[in-house]
Amino acid sequence: MNLRKYLKVYKKFLHTSLASELEYKTNILVDLITAILSLVGSIFLLSIFFQNNGYIGGWKFEQALIIQAIYTILNGITNTWFNPNLTEIVKHIREGTLDFVLLKPIDSQFFISLKKINPSGFLEIMLGFLLLFFCIRINQINLNLSFLTLSFITIGCSICILYSLWFFISTTTVWFVKTWNAIEVLRSFLYIGRFPLNSFSFSLRIFFSVFIPIAFITTIPSEVFLGLSVFWKILLEVIVATVFLITSRKFWLFALKFYSSASS
Amino acid sequence: MLEYRVEIALWAISGIIPFFMLNIWTNNNLNESINISDVMLSRYFLCAFFVRQFSVVWVVFSFEEDSLMGKVSPYLIQPLNPFFRYFAQHLAEQITRFPFALIIAFFFFIFNPESIWIPNLGILLLSIVSTFLSFLIQFLIQSIVACLCFWTEKASSIERLLFIPTLFLSGLLAPVVSFPAYVKSWIYLTPFPYLIDFPANLLSGNETNISGGLSMQILWILLLFPLFKKIWFEGTKKYTAMGS
Repeated sequence: MNLRKYLKVYKKFLHTSLASELEYKTNILVDLITAILSLVGSIFLLSIFFQNNGYIGGWKFEQALIIQAIYTILNGITNTWFNPNLTEIVKHIREGTLDFVLLKPIDSQFFISLKKINPSGFLEIMLGFLLLFFCIRINQINLNLSFLTLSFITIGCSICILYSLWFFISTTTVWFVKTWNAIEVLRSFLYIGRFPLNSFSFSLRIFFSVFIPIAFITTIPSEVFLGLSVFWKILLEVIVATVFLITSRKFWLFALKFYSSASS
Repeated sequence: MLEYRVEIALWAISGIIPFFMLNIWTNNNLNESINISDVMLSRYFLCAFFVRQFSVVWVVFSFEEDSLMGKVSPYLIQPLNPFFRYFAQHLAEQITRFPFALIIAFFFFIFNPESIWIPNLGILLLSIVSTFLSFLIQFLIQSIVACLCFWTEKASSIERLLFIPTLFLSGLLAPVVSFPAYVKSWIYLTPFPYLIDFPANLLSGNETNISGGLSMQILWILLLFPLFKKIWFEGTKKYTAMGS
């Protein structure tokens, strides 16, 4: 692996895709308003849940806001990198242009996962961080080194899990050709990441931590922020993230064996 | 349409967000504060799921793709408004989706046997009508947005913007009854509660103003239709086909 080469290539990717996206400037503005409204909407929904109850699943309103903040950051990352790139896989396979990707002297997963970037997602990430800082203030969280490292580790793992989930679904295109709808299913499942895991019934909790580990994605980092997290949970998240990353890689290489190019 | 059975099944599954919301509501006893029993609330969310399934509209995405690919030009020559084509597609897909929605409802009743109910025929017919009206409203709104493709290439981002109030105010995630008073005071003047909340309340037997709701739906259609015709007329004048 030649790290410097990959960094250089990635710089080029950034440059070209930013240049093409900035052509649609009003689009970025509309996307920013969408991100703001969507955050306002989910806080509104949360406030409906809390209007007559002090606690939901053991979480106070101020604490549940942290989950919203982390969800917004992760959603911004999804919109910046995962969504524009991984939906492209579907197109590559349908139109047979995956051949060109495979021929390039560069790792195909790297190329496919990072080729494009959608700058309007940055605004959503910033919005999420703003809310997060606000939450840190209202919850009176002390910032110290161990807390910061733990939160970085858990959020990093969440990003890895999220990426692997998206990549898994997109890879199945090799067999099913059209996976737009599978992506929609994933999106609607991810939606529950906006709420504390404990607010769901036991069976759903099991489902969302064993089969689709959405529970890990937002709840564990938020628990770290509140100082509620237990060591084994963080360890478990790290393990889950590694397993997901490795299997998604293996799955991609496996799927490529089944890929028959456009004319064969 | 039947060729894409798996796809449509997945579409049906992707609409299950109301059930997750129901789970939060009942699991935390939130419904006590708004005076709706568990059973009525679960019926409400099941109906919301059904209404959503049969009123989902994606015309803006189809139209954007067709217009970017230049497929709109041949459609324009035909003596029929191309939106009829999309309209027919939507109807066909709704019909194919029906069995999948029934299967999901079946599973729902296995887990919640106490919420089984049979609406009487009149109510059933009325709610089918109001679901169809809700579909028409959304179809008109999206067609108007789609016509913006004539001016800007990416109309779908405007649609994503409009989807946010639809998601939060239509009653898909929480019944409108539960909204705080400062929202309830103006929300009934907007089209949103008539998209999902009103038909779902009607079908599930929750309290609702039937004649008021239906007339508001018709009023919105009467308002939106001339607007659509106007924007379509202006847009086609503005439209320049590939190579011209």
